[in-house]
Amino acid sequence: MINRDLVIVGGGPAGLSAAKIAIDAGMKVTIVERFNQLGGQLIKQTHKFFGSQLQYAKTRGFDIANILIDDLAGYDNLEILLDATCVAMYPDKVLTIYQNNKYMKYKAKSVIIATGASEKFLAFENNDLPGIYGAGAVQTLMNIYGIKPGKEVVMIGSGNIGLIVSYQLIQAGVKVKALVEAASKVGGYLVHAAKLKRLGVDILLNTTVKKAIGKEKLEKVVTVKLDDNWQEIANTEKEIKTDALCISVGLSPLHQLMSMAGAKMLDVSELGGYVPKKSCDYETTIPNVYACGDVTGIEEASSAMVEGKITGLMAVKHLGFKLDNMEKLEADLNDQLCILRQGPCGEKIRCGLKKVGEIYD
Amino acid sequence: MRINEHPIIDFDHSKKIHFTYNGKSMFGYEGDTIAAALFDNGIRYFSDSVIYKRPRGLYCAIGNCGSCNMQVNGEDNVKTCMTLLEENMEVISEISEDKDD
Repeated sequence: MINRDLVIVGGGPAGLSAAKIAIDAGMKVTIVERFNQLGGQLIKQTHKFFGSQLQYAKTRGFDIANILIDDLAGYDNLEILLDATCVAMYPDKVLTIYQNNKYMKYKAKSVIIATGASEKFLAFENNDLPGIYGAGAVQTLMNIYGIKPGKEVVMIGSGNIGLIVSYQLIQAGVKVKALVEAASKVGGYLVHAAKLKRLGVDILLNTTVKKAIGKEKLEKVVTVKLDDNWQEIANTEKEIKTDALCISVGLSPLHQLMSMAGAKMLDVSELGGYVPKKSCDYETTIPNVYACGDVTGIEEASSAMVEGKITGLMAVKHLGFKLDNMEKLEADLNDQLCILRQGPCGEKIRCGLKKVGEIYD
Repeated sequence: MRINEHPIIDFDHSKKIHFTYNGKSMFGYEGDTIAAALFDNGIRYFSDSVIYKRPRGLYCAIGNCGSCNMQVNGEDNVKTCMTLLEENMEVISEISEDKDD
């Protein structure tokens, strides 16, 4: 059994930000990351971030990942496990970690769950045909490996991810044949949608995909118009020839470890699915187990980084470690979150967070 | 289909890594996962669904969905999207040859 003050599951923006605070306070920390490099989904984000300077606005996502990773260099109280999967967490904060065909047991005084989210799927006929991808997979192929996911792509979903990935596809030299959106207006920021319109992308509102056609891989998709009650309108089907269909219809939190350990979970649609009930100290119902980032509600990397710092700080505080100006830091971070979540764009998340008991305003 | 020119990213496709897929020689580049290299070699059909044996392709590419599991160097059910390609790797799909339908 390996003993640690803190084990952080997930090496994305939330987990890395939490780690920085905890190691600065002198805690013995392990980060468990499933992939072969740190950074989470930031490593494939080629766009410049919005928001505040404090969360690296105007910096590209992959550059933010490098900043967060560099911040962790030179600490001998930090252990980073790559290609390592946390396969179990028990209520006494024992974690089973699988790496290099070996299972290891860690006993942690505190745990931060920063596992992120997985992509939601969409129900339609033949939705499992090869050639149908999650938007994240398309980004991975293009922006990490430099591979075009297809000659042509149809995108489903006009949230920010759908809009940004469509733009990135065009940058990579792929034709975006259509962007399909079931609602009557674009879901993401208009500035992203305007860019696509200028590039001649067909944005089909009140439209969904009815079925995919192909034998062992996608050849065509059939779209259909929807009425105000989300019902298909007869005789409005249209076939579009394409070798790739990209699904970007939202994310849901990767809650499994907390559910497994018996933390109280709530189903909150505004936050994307199952999320842990939390105290205002970001603690789940299991003492000294905290959660931050998308696993506590789907948002952006900007808020994940701030939440990461706050949970890091809570772990520091509850185990009796110290940092300079802790109280001021906590107040500043909470202010930063409020600013990120203000206005009409933050309404959904504010409403969801009220349901899980997080108080920030 | 590799991206040769990109306005933001420089891809390093200088070092080739050779491997076999179902006995056929292929290559990818250093830094590729097995799944990325297979995709670039035109492979789209990665596995079968468990019960109905429907063709499945790469879906999430980050180790969540299991659609890309294959036998790698004799080990079954390896997530090819999470495993880096290595020289002389033997990759074998788990697609079943006899199907009812």
